[in-house]
Amino acid sequence: MAFLRNRSFMIGAVLATVFVAAALLSFLWTPFDVTKLDIAHKLQKPTELHWFGTDHFGRDIFSMIMVGARTSIAVAVLAVGIGILLGVPLGLAAAARKDSLLDEIIMRTNDLVFAFPALLIAIMITAVFGPSAVNAIIAIGIFNIPVFARLTRGAALTLWTRDFVLSARVAGKSAPHISLEHILPNILNLLIVQGSIQFSLGILAEAGLSYVGLGAQPPIPSWGRMLAESQTMISFAPHLAIFPGMAIVLTVLGLNLMGDGLRDLLDPKIRRAR
Amino acid sequence: MLRYTLKRMLSLGLSLLAASVVIFVAIEVVPGDPASYMLGINAQPDTVAALREELGLNVSAMTRYITWITGMMTGDFGTSYTYRTPVVDMVSDRIMISLPLAIYALTLSTLIAFPAGILAASRRGSVADVSVMGVTQLGVAVPNFWFAMLLVLVFSINLRWFSAGGFPGWDKGLFVGLKALTLPTIALALPQASILARVMRSSLIDTMSEDFIRTARAKGLSKRQALWRHALRNAMIPVLTIIGLQFSFLMAGAIIIENVFFLPGLGRLVFQSISQRDLIVVESVVMLLVFAVVLVTFIVDIAYAAVDPRLRRRS
Repeated sequence: MAFLRNRSFMIGAVLATVFVAAALLSFLWTPFDVTKLDIAHKLQKPTELHWFGTDHFGRDIFSMIMVGARTSIAVAVLAVGIGILLGVPLGLAAAARKDSLLDEIIMRTNDLVFAFPALLIAIMITAVFGPSAVNAIIAIGIFNIPVFARLTRGAALTLWTRDFVLSARVAGKSAPHISLEHILPNILNLLIVQGSIQFSLGILAEAGLSYVGLGAQPPIPSWGRMLAESQTMISFAPHLAIFPGMAIVLTVLGLNLMGDGLRDLLDPKIRRAR
Repeated sequence: MLRYTLKRMLSLGLSLLAASVVIFVAIEVVPGDPASYMLGINAQPDTVAALREELGLNVSAMTRYITWITGMMTGDFGTSYTYRTPVVDMVSDRIMISLPLAIYALTLSTLIAFPAGILAASRRGSVADVSVMGVTQLGVAVPNFWFAMLLVLVFSINLRWFSAGGFPGWDKGLFVGLKALTLPTIALALPQASILARVMRSSLIDTMSEDFIRTARAKGLSKRQALWRHALRNAMIPVLTIIGLQFSFLMAGAIIIENVFFLPGLGRLVFQSISQRDLIVVESVVMLLVFAVVLVTFIVDIAYAAVDPRLRRRS
């Protein structure tokens, strides 16, 4: 019930749900076929038939935004997944063996990856393998690894000093066992909140990479590429740029609001203070 | 302080060394033979052999790495395969656009964020606070390149106050140059300012609830005096960290924004090089950008320790 009372969470959840629903619905139905060109109706302003107008090939912008949501969400989800799947175990291992060589190696590697913004990783991958959505996922995913590793290590370190962990150690449980059974469940809330933040950053990063041509390639629709294509036509067809941009802003805004709400709801310190 | 600085310098050197190995392996070792990669699948074997010779690929990877890294340190970045000109000349021309753009944007975002954050924190819960929080929430969600396109639509196409893109060159005068960089700067700075203002606000609010502020108030200082004289300096520490972290995002953002405004900076150069498969240029530009990011982190660490002596002792 607390979730329903949190205004930030609710507004964010509604916005995010709309876009996830649009992405899922696009697998079954879109108002128009996004692969069909209709030059006779190109560059139409928003009408009753084409709610967001049409592009230079006569494709329906609304339908393209629905399909584009798939790309954005898929890239961001998978990139966050890479960050969590690799970063969390690394963070847990570093915390369990604090000040050991392993800890030092993990943390210094983290520092190194931090020196490479996702865009630079994408540039290197693209220079060698060519642009694709998969490369965008890998680039954003690599960038997410140290984010989750640091967060996990920091939170786990404080838990390792707590009495219940000490009891588990006295009972003879191994470090990996304790990490999985006692540490991980206690930092799950933190990971969920960070996950939502990285998810929204992932949407922004995917849009940026697609915009400069390093992300999803035609014919896969993506919001970033829709914006790139609209750029030369912005003076006479601004709707081409406005609607995909609004889609990005509303999705990211929704996820950020949801993250803020989740933090309020899941962090016991903030909850007690309320 | 000297010991701390030396320790951080050693760490800076090691980071750069590790980064250079990563970049070299990713760009020169992973593709197999860079020469055949750069020439494409239809290249004749003798052309590939000639390029291999030209690029010095007939020696071991280790020797190539040492040649590359010592070259970079002495200002020799190699020769661009496509343009047949020294990479260092191409980079130094373009850095004169990318660097001023990043500094201009960092300055603008700080100038916007500080007053906004301080205003919101000092009048917590007021209309001003709610407005700052609302606008910054939106600012964080706006992709800078889309914001840039909207700025072009309004200020270049409709109002005709600024040109929609291109750069006339610094030789036309400082004002002309800065004017050409103004829209790109606003586009880069506003989303960054939103993040910074939020950090400034929360950091100041946290500091204002500290014991030393209560003591200052008990001593008879007004809330305003306590904020300006005591809280602000202490609240600056996390803000400084974020400014340092933002620099890497700013560099990355600048690369994208340069594409919106057709600015001939490092970003445009790197994308052109990718499409022309000019790995030598890509390698050098990426190394240079990583160097900038690591250097800024180093400077922030030093500034951080100068502001907060506890850090020096801890290390």
